[in-house]
Amino acid sequence: MAGNIIEVDHLKHEYGDFRAVDDICFYVEKGEIFSFLGPNGAGKSTVINILTTLLPLQEGSVKIAGYDLKTQPEQVRRSIGIVFQDETLDRDLTVWETLEFHGRLYSMPKEKRRERIKEMIKLVELEDKKDVRTRNLSGGMKRRLEIARGLMTRPGVLFLDEPTIGLDTQTRIRMWEYIQKVNETGTTIFLTTHYMDEADQVSDWIDIIDRGKIIASGEPEGLKSALGRDMIYLETGDDESALRFLQTLPVVNDVKRLDKGLLITISRDGTHCLPLIMARLKDQGIEITGVNLKKPTLDDVFVHFTGREIRESGADKFRKMVARR
Amino acid sequence: MALEFATIYWRDMLRFFRFRALLISSLVQPALWLALYGAAMSSNFSRFGSALPVPEGAVSVSYLTFLGAGVIALTTLFTSLFGGISLLFDKNWGLLREVFASPLPRNSIIIGIGLSGVTKSILQVLVIMSFGLLIGVKFFQGYSIMETALAIAGILIFVGVFSIGFLFLSSAISMSMETPEGLQGVITLLTLPLFFASNALYPIEAFPDFVRLLSMLNPLTYLVNGVRYFAIGDDFYAIGYHYSYTTMDIVISFLALAAFALVMFLVARWIFKKATVT
Ligand SMILES: Nc1ncnc2c1ncn2[C@@H]1O[C@H](COP(=O)(O)OP(=O)(O)OP(=O)(O)O)[C@@H](O)[C@H]1O
Ligand SMILES: [Mg+2]
Repeated sequence: MAGNIIEVDHLKHEYGDFRAVDDICFYVEKGEIFSFLGPNGAGKSTVINILTTLLPLQEGSVKIAGYDLKTQPEQVRRSIGIVFQDETLDRDLTVWETLEFHGRLYSMPKEKRRERIKEMIKLVELEDKKDVRTRNLSGGMKRRLEIARGLMTRPGVLFLDEPTIGLDTQTRIRMWEYIQKVNETGTTIFLTTHYMDEADQVSDWIDIIDRGKIIASGEPEGLKSALGRDMIYLETGDDESALRFLQTLPVVNDVKRLDKGLLITISRDGTHCLPLIMARLKDQGIEITGVNLKKPTLDDVFVHFTGREIRESGADKFRKMVARR
Repeated sequence: MALEFATIYWRDMLRFFRFRALLISSLVQPALWLALYGAAMSSNFSRFGSALPVPEGAVSVSYLTFLGAGVIALTTLFTSLFGGISLLFDKNWGLLREVFASPLPRNSIIIGIGLSGVTKSILQVLVIMSFGLLIGVKFFQGYSIMETALAIAGILIFVGVFSIGFLFLSSAISMSMETPEGLQGVITLLTLPLFFASNALYPIEAFPDFVRLLSMLNPLTYLVNGVRYFAIGDDFYAIGYHYSYTTMDIVISFLALAAFALVMFLVARWIFKKATVT
């Protein structure tokens, strides 16, 4: 199963004189789940739109499933399926008609179309909504229907632009189970998301994109360990002096100030380092009011590479975790 | 497969029949128009028409009958010019992304929308004709059943070719517009000269030369010629003017409409080729 199903070389895209995609290169191996991770406006959807032939290829070269995007767009379209970021359902068609229309667009033979529609409707649990117009579905149901539609043709590559946005946790989990199952049958998945935990759990490979550039790339574990081993969150009586002091310690890789407290990345096992660091701070006369030790997440990876939170709520989430313990 | 346009056609018809209100108003409106405008104007025109002498043995038709053909033509024009608007909505709602990213050739979209528009036009024309016959439009006078059937077929073919030309144009405009308001503006701008420089509602024989020249370039003129030829005959008097059509006139009218449709298809194809939807 070796080989690349997507090859992107020096891709650039400009809207007017705004450069949304800035000379990026990446490869997606056949059969893997590949994630594009990045904040709002990073250029994720732009890349997907180019790869799915919706935007013209301005500069660079792209190959999908062995076909050149520039010269063989028709074959590329046959090889891919897409779930768009925002709703693209015809509100006046029923669930069944939506899928029927899609199957016809891809010239699926009638027998196969009918069979696949039934299977898909069952999968996303819309059996009792089969004849309901999509305008009368809830947001989550619409999303499920769109996912079913993208999967229906069993494409070689499935593009998912923020597929689980707006789904409840239960449905999200089930959707991922299914997407993984589809992946196991050989469909390559190209995913964009800003749910770090999802990308972390399902991806074989992650590219982090920010302001149109790929700033980090690797397996989830590799990306996380690039940060150092563990992370310590500290709240002190005097963050300013604590920061200055911590930076002088050899075991400390990096210290960042959060809105409240400090985030320290260390190069050794935190279980043993933490008591030492706390003792040294106490020696400096700095009072410690809160502490937490954790393994790095992709959120932290993102902060590390960009110096920014991927979502505003990132730090709050961390503090909530602290509070719960 | 070359039948891929059937997918687009299927969805468009599904929507058309689903919106009962739209369906009914699109069928009732032209009939009402014929009834109200026809009733209001025909007494006027007939009075001044009958003052003019008609040669012995010649066919003279009432204004309502004369107008009937014009209403068929104008209704087809309006319906067709707005027929592409669903593409604009689909584009703005993001629905076209699904289609543009699929293997469906873009020509199939143009043809699918075109044919569904033609279907709507034909339905309308059938309703107008039936209604017209009810309120006293004298079509197919003295025709045998066979001749009537042929005449209806002739009218529908003319309507179809005319309609698909304007649907291609409408699709092309819709694809290059951002808002429905913009589309409405462009279409209004287009309809005014088409409407006035045509023989749909009144004879243009007495109009200035440039208007008549304009009418030679107006597809509406050729449609009206075709409809009158099939519905009324090749030689008749109306509102004091003499109308006669040779077979050659009708063949030329048909070819003019076909040429118009072909050119509009090429325009639409070009616009669709460079269109992006995101
Ligand atoms: N049609 C357009 N015209 C001009 N600028 C655009 C257009 N589409 C996107 N952009 C800009 O390009 C940049 C990248 O947008 P893109 O939609 O690719 O981001 P994204 O990574 O998908 O973000 P999000 O997570 O919010 O979906 C943004 O700054 C956006 O404002
Ligand atoms: Mg996006």
